[in-house]
Amino acid sequence: MTASTTELAVQAEDRRIAWLAAAAVGLGLAEAALPSPIPGLKPGLANIVTLLVLMRYGWRIAVWVTLLRVVATALLLGSFLTPAFVLSLAGALAALATLGVCSRLTALGLGPVGLSLLAAFAHVGMQLMVVDLWLMPGISLLALAPLFLTAAWVTGFANGLIVARLLSVGPLASAPAQASAGGLRPS
Amino acid sequence: MNIFSSGLLPTWDGVSRLLRPGDILVLGLSLVALVLAWRAAGTDGDGVVVKQGGQVYAQASLRLNRVIEVPGPLGTTRVEIRDGRVRVLSDPGPRQLCVRQGWLDPGESALCLPNRVSVHRGVVAYDSLNY
Repeated sequence: MTASTTELAVQAEDRRIAWLAAAAVGLGLAEAALPSPIPGLKPGLANIVTLLVLMRYGWRIAVWVTLLRVVATALLLGSFLTPAFVLSLAGALAALATLGVCSRLTALGLGPVGLSLLAAFAHVGMQLMVVDLWLMPGISLLALAPLFLTAAWVTGFANGLIVARLLSVGPLASAPAQASAGGLRPS
Repeated sequence: MNIFSSGLLPTWDGVSRLLRPGDILVLGLSLVALVLAWRAAGTDGDGVVVKQGGQVYAQASLRLNRVIEVPGPLGTTRVEIRDGRVRVLSDPGPRQLCVRQGWLDPGESALCLPNRVSVHRGVVAYDSLNY
């Protein structure tokens, strides 16, 4: 076949992003099946993948994987372009921005757990702001903020520990930053 | 082998090995911030009960700015809720005692006796039908 200028060559990086995004979507779907006492109170398991990718492959790949995960999960759950999707996207973007800034602070002794906590707070804070300014303007959510921030503390801590553990013993532990995604493939 | 020796449960040693100094700093600072947030929110749950002639005329949250106009035998008493505080804005009574009382503290009441209006700042129990 003649190679044309519009042909898309699939790079190893593309495959890696696809595999990681698929893992994140799987976690997101599993989480959607979990019962929750309060709407919006979720463990945020898919953020484990975001953080792992950030630590292992860098921020740019983490943005790709996370945005693909948000859109694909919304499509599968039927919430694409609904307020739930907007909230999910806003939280993810805030968390990514926070991670982009704070991941430069690893020299100061910030590890996966601290990053996970900060990202969780950014995620929840942005979602509360979107609800306050756009979904339900006029009703201050200040009274609910401590509840959601406490949940973010617990889930951010737990997810961070999972990431730290996976980075120390999992198949990603020995993978160098530029390795192929082979470690995650069900080979 | 039971679950305690299986290595599946997190142990204090195992967890602390996964933490870096910055993580502990973030954990501690955010925990302090959470405690402060809970304490600040505890006073935010207050509400206002406005009564006219002994009957509840209005229940309101302190989180929505509004002016409640209460009709009475002398005229209209206006109750203002702003920035989480409440006061009697104006009253047709002759001595203006409730107006001069100013912003109410939690648990405090303002009585405009000539117009039979009372304003109490306290905890309002909402139900889902009225909120």
